[in-house]
Amino acid sequence: MQQSDSHKPSVSKLELFLTFSRITLSSFGGALFWARLGIVERRRWLSEREFAEFLTIGQLLPGPNVLNLTVLVGYRFGGWSGAAVSVLGYLGWPFLVVIGMGMLYQQFGALPQVQLALSGMSKVAAGLLLATVVKLAMVLPRRLRPWLFGLLAFFAVGVMRWPLLWVVAALAPCAVFLAWKAKD
Amino acid sequence: MERGGLSALFLHLMALWFVAVGGPSAILPDIHRYVVDAHQLLSNREFAEIYTLAQAAPGPNVMYTTLIGWHLAGWSGALATTIPLLVPAMTLTLVVGHFIERYPDAPILRAIRRGLTPITIGLMFAGATVLMRAVSHDWRGYLTTVLTAAIVLRLTCNPLWLLAAGALLGIAGVF
Repeated sequence: MQQSDSHKPSVSKLELFLTFSRITLSSFGGALFWARLGIVERRRWLSEREFAEFLTIGQLLPGPNVLNLTVLVGYRFGGWSGAAVSVLGYLGWPFLVVIGMGMLYQQFGALPQVQLALSGMSKVAAGLLLATVVKLAMVLPRRLRPWLFGLLAFFAVGVMRWPLLWVVAALAPCAVFLAWKAKD
Repeated sequence: MERGGLSALFLHLMALWFVAVGGPSAILPDIHRYVVDAHQLLSNREFAEIYTLAQAAPGPNVMYTTLIGWHLAGWSGALATTIPLLVPAMTLTLVVGHFIERYPDAPILRAIRRGLTPITIGLMFAGATVLMRAVSHDWRGYLTTVLTAAIVLRLTCNPLWLLAAGALLGIAGVF
């Protein structure tokens, strides 16, 4: 039985490879923004809500969250080989690009302009992340409980700067238990 | 770099990635400790330069580990630091993905997804604000961040232009 909000378009391996190649080659200063743009807005492979849920699972598993998301999306549309070509697209190009940069670095050393350009890009990249989170928050149901948990997590980690592991260990079991009870 | 040192680095990264819940930023301090302090493979300055250089490349931020490997031992070094990143994703994540697709309506998986998604979003909002404060030291930086977010939410333009504009402003010495 399928979830009510999931429609599953058919996607070829080549499309998976090309889409994740495009996502990764646009990803300056963080991949999350581009992953959401490519998967939800451009391709419409996942709904906004499915994307947020896949990301949550990617976050819970060890390793980079967007890499885990890449595996989950690739597996949904193309089985294990779909996951493999998605990961190849997502990590293959940056692998070659950073090695190219490593060659230049060994020849010329780090240029001061790189540092300056990065300092400018990092501020824009922070804005892209902020916009992504705002868009993801829009999918939360307009009810008290999800927003309360979201705000508590933000306040504990973002404002109080408490250790992430303790915050998650305290909030996650309550959130899962209440979602289980409410059957939402 | 001799073969024994490279295998040790490979095994260390393999173990690290399996416990790296919270992503690459969670293991950055330990990678720094391993290559700079414990084994003196890189100087502090080299580490910082390599990290910065990798951030300038497109792709996930974690590729700085590939660049460290390349710098230490060429192609075999790059593979030795990149493969450990792939292993948890291609094992654990695939197994979890399999169960999600097989049992999409299992009540416990559903409760986990629905219950934890708000927490993830709250944590990412915290991450965005912490990042915003870390990359800016005055109002010009904050303004750039907030303007970028507003433009992306309101208009449809290719955000690569915004990144290019940010890079140019940086080179021009605005920040």
